[in-house]
Amino acid sequence: MIREQEDIIIQTICRFFIPFMQVYGLYVLVHGHGSPGGGFQGGCIFAASFILMAILYDLSEVKRRFSEKLNVVFFSLGVFIFVGVGWLCLLLGGNFLDYGKLSKILPADPVMARYYSIAVIEIGIQITVMAIMVSIFVDLLTGGEHEGAAEEEDAGSNSK
Amino acid sequence: MVIVAAIFMVAGLFVFAIATIGFLRFPDFYTRMHATAKGDTLGTLFFVIGLALYYLHHGFCWLGLVQGIKLILIAVFWLLASPTATHALLRSAFESDLSPWTKDGKAIIEWPPKRRDK
Repeated sequence: MIREQEDIIIQTICRFFIPFMQVYGLYVLVHGHGSPGGGFQGGCIFAASFILMAILYDLSEVKRRFSEKLNVVFFSLGVFIFVGVGWLCLLLGGNFLDYGKLSKILPADPVMARYYSIAVIEIGIQITVMAIMVSIFVDLLTGGEHEGAAEEEDAGSNSK
Repeated sequence: MVIVAAIFMVAGLFVFAIATIGFLRFPDFYTRMHATAKGDTLGTLFFVIGLALYYLHHGFCWLGLVQGIKLILIAVFWLLASPTATHALLRSAFESDLSPWTKDGKAIIEWPPKRRDK
């Protein structure tokens, strides 16, 4: 039996929890160097808040806040940040992801450049992991039919 | 301070042990969830408070206080999340017509239960 609306207790507590989960995901991200954590874990926690939102309200609520177009933009952006920093190191004369070479363009010595560049990489990983996790969950729920597929099909048939 | 922390942790372990016994010995889903939910919540609360006190055993310092506050936050969130998760599990079990165990095997509630909606 599928209910129209979730129970009042679950609704109240989950609505209270979702912002805290998102803040905790960012906390795990920024503590990635010195303690357990990092981009992947933070991204999973962040995606879990969207999954909780989908369980709590509806899939359409998640799609309203985090549409699939935005999703595609986000996971491409994360990969772009990762590979961009890697290629920047390559262009500055080092190996791929050789962060120490970034001290030529950053106002820092090689050690601190390495330290902060890892944070940038982690941000890219977080964005990608969050978008992909939400995308996997949405695909599992809808059977892989993305939004606007019907309209695209109509438009295609009209043009023919 | 170490003694107080140890007392809290032992109390937490005791509650965990009772929860485990309840989980192993009770007959059906509802009673098992009843035992483990309460035991987990209270046991985690005791244990985390004990750990937070243990961070202060070198004397009062800023780092220990921060760690203690983080642990207390974990306890507060656990205190909210665990009963809610149990509630969701039990509610969905009840609504998918899982009948509670009785000694003579008779149903003690009128079945199907009256739906809230529809």
